[in-house]
Amino acid sequence: MSTELLHRIQFGLTISFHFIFPPMSLGLGLLLIIFGVQSVRSRDPKWRQLAMFWTKVYGLIFAMGVATGLVQEFQFGTNWSMYSRYVGNIFGSLLAAEGIFAFMLEGGFLGLMLAGGQRLGNKLWLFATTMVVAGATFSATWIIMANSWMQTPQGFELRDEGRGTQAFMTSFREVVFTPSFGPRFWHTMVASWMIGCSLVMSVAAFYLLRRRHIELSKTMMRVALPLFTVLAILQVTVFGANQATEVATNQPEKLAALEGVYQTGDCVPMTIFGRTDPTAQTTSGLQIPCMLSLLVGKSPSTKVQGLDDFDRDTWPNVSVVFQTYHLMINLGMLFVAIGGLGCLLWWWKRKLWEQRWMLWIFVSTIVLAQLATLTGWWTAEIGRQPWIVWQLLRTSDAYSPNVSAAQVATTIGMFVVLYAIVGGVFLFLLDKIIKAGPPEPPSVDDIESLPDTWSEAFQHRSRVSGGGR
Amino acid sequence: MELNTLWFVLYVGIIAGYVILDGFDLGVGILSPFISRNDRDHRMLLNAIGPVWDGNEVWLVLGGGALFAAFPLVYASLFSGFYMAMMLVLLVLILRTIAIEFRSQRHSTRWRTTWDWFFFASSLGITVLLGVALGNVIRGVAIDADANMSVNLVDLLNPYSLAVGVAAVAMLSLHGGIFLTLKVDGDLLTRVERLVPKLMVGFFVVMTGLMAWTLLLNSEVAGRYRDRVWIAAFPVLALIAAVSAWRLILRRNYLSAFVASATMIGLLLATVGAGMYPVLLPSSTDAAYDLTVHNAASAPETLTVMTVIAVIGIPFVFIYTAGVYFFFRGRVVLDEESY
Repeated sequence: MSTELLHRIQFGLTISFHFIFPPMSLGLGLLLIIFGVQSVRSRDPKWRQLAMFWTKVYGLIFAMGVATGLVQEFQFGTNWSMYSRYVGNIFGSLLAAEGIFAFMLEGGFLGLMLAGGQRLGNKLWLFATTMVVAGATFSATWIIMANSWMQTPQGFELRDEGRGTQAFMTSFREVVFTPSFGPRFWHTMVASWMIGCSLVMSVAAFYLLRRRHIELSKTMMRVALPLFTVLAILQVTVFGANQATEVATNQPEKLAALEGVYQTGDCVPMTIFGRTDPTAQTTSGLQIPCMLSLLVGKSPSTKVQGLDDFDRDTWPNVSVVFQTYHLMINLGMLFVAIGGLGCLLWWWKRKLWEQRWMLWIFVSTIVLAQLATLTGWWTAEIGRQPWIVWQLLRTSDAYSPNVSAAQVATTIGMFVVLYAIVGGVFLFLLDKIIKAGPPEPPSVDDIESLPDTWSEAFQHRSRVSGGGR
Repeated sequence: MELNTLWFVLYVGIIAGYVILDGFDLGVGILSPFISRNDRDHRMLLNAIGPVWDGNEVWLVLGGGALFAAFPLVYASLFSGFYMAMMLVLLVLILRTIAIEFRSQRHSTRWRTTWDWFFFASSLGITVLLGVALGNVIRGVAIDADANMSVNLVDLLNPYSLAVGVAAVAMLSLHGGIFLTLKVDGDLLTRVERLVPKLMVGFFVVMTGLMAWTLLLNSEVAGRYRDRVWIAAFPVLALIAAVSAWRLILRRNYLSAFVASATMIGLLLATVGAGMYPVLLPSSTDAAYDLTVHNAASAPETLTVMTVIAVIGIPFVFIYTAGVYFFFRGRVVLDEESY
């Protein structure tokens, strides 16, 4: 196995494991804000109860995200030193901006949010939570900016100042707002919110199946299901479609690989599922005639560039990205169906809560949503190959020349064992929190006795004597 | 001040921020088996650092990002050259996070004792590894003409670097001990109060020895102190801060002692920085291969953008940090939400 491939395996492995957690915190964060807002608006303590239950889960997910994210911050240097030298001026500054603007905000308010159940009133807790979620969103913004620059680089010039060719920044604005940034940002954010909704739906459906916490679970479902359905529809019709159009414009050979289009032509069909044959260079399966031409250019006669228009040594691994891409698309369609069916059973027949088969489908949504997000990310990254920076730097020129294959193989082994343990313990603890269930609802008096302005909070003063701390 | 020098100063500042903040929670981990006698003691220690350790660790991430942005060639050479050591640091960092988060999740004694050992070993491991890494950076590493090096774990463990590792352990256990005097109560507090003066003496002896060793054996650093006498102000001020910390500890004025200890750590890192400037990563092969603030930095365009980002961001960082520490001031009270 080549050293390059080993480096890629390690990066793919560690970032895929990491990428399970940040979208979950982004998505769950949105729901925590909704619970918090409801808690401020109504006096019903069930919102507070929900908020505190999911805060516990959030804390666990967040800790996983930090622990696995640390690895990413250093891995460009350890494994991709040639890449780091080449793009440090640009990519490094985006990572540093993430550190200053996003992590510090999250790190600062996370402690308040997690301890908030005992110490903060509704408004202050909502504020702290909103700040943590804002931090997570900023973090996603900077990371997607950095990654989008690798897909559609601009705002730089190449110079050699005695240390090999390096990309130097000419316009910060062009670097952060590359053509692919907007579509990729919204596509990822909507996917993350869907993951948050799926997590809440899964747990609520599990409780309903076990006939526990029934009223609370229905409340969770009433918030998460409609939101999930709307997001799923928007993802398919607007944000996902937008992303595909962006790839068609900026990275046509990538789109050709994703769709398995080997020959340039008009009236190109869209494959729903199937397989590609790399030797015969054909794609077979269930196809809708002319559909791809229609989607790319709004007319069935639109010419779609096939892989034959591009040098063979600039193709990604077509068989892999074709499958990951189609799995993502089909899962996206499935989410529309699940959400639509769920809403239909709820509004029209009013018997969603008794449909055990439907509840089991809801339990599975978190796994399916994670799979869709991961396959989407794999599509974006494997589809960029053989480039690490699109049409500028090849992945084979980017890894650390001073790290041996044996060293990388050793650390891959280390990460496999470590992440298996970490993943196992994470699932065990998540299961434990879920089985323990939401805490008893706090009394309205207790909630209202907690400090709810900054001066009260900082003086640790409770609002009425005897309550709070 | 030119941008490259400004970023050198800011970088030393970020490292100082990391060592001062994450330093005390690492110190608490190192001290843990020596001061806690039962489950409640262990919980007190974890909850003393509970609301802040995660935020403290963020400084390390910031250190990685800022090095990548300001001095990408150092980022690339240093971490690829120290490949296995860096991977070991990451491994230990993850284990420590897990130990802190997972300990309280089950009541079984075996579960808790196991994670307590992980917490101790990982805190000690990070401190030693980062200390040894700093020792090697001060001492110089075998960088070639392409700015590459490959240092295996055994080469890292030379006597001088190990001494820096020992000094780091002494410094952070002192810093962590002073922090705990503000947070714990009862018998645990008594044990910590008895231990802190001993830690102070131990630290003072080790640090003095390390400084003498550096000046005697590292002619580059010694030469810079001869050529730029004014930078001797840093070690002198660090000594004043150490003496103040000592007096404040004896007077049991622990909050001020903690501030003095934090100031001392900042000044000691400034002492190192001033002794190395303008070199960031000295080459033991040939001084011409040294990575410096000039030949390893990003271009002025990037450094300007980064300076704007820092000017906007850093005040907020100080506000959040101060706010969180103020909010969680006072002694730990255990409740059901605690670790």
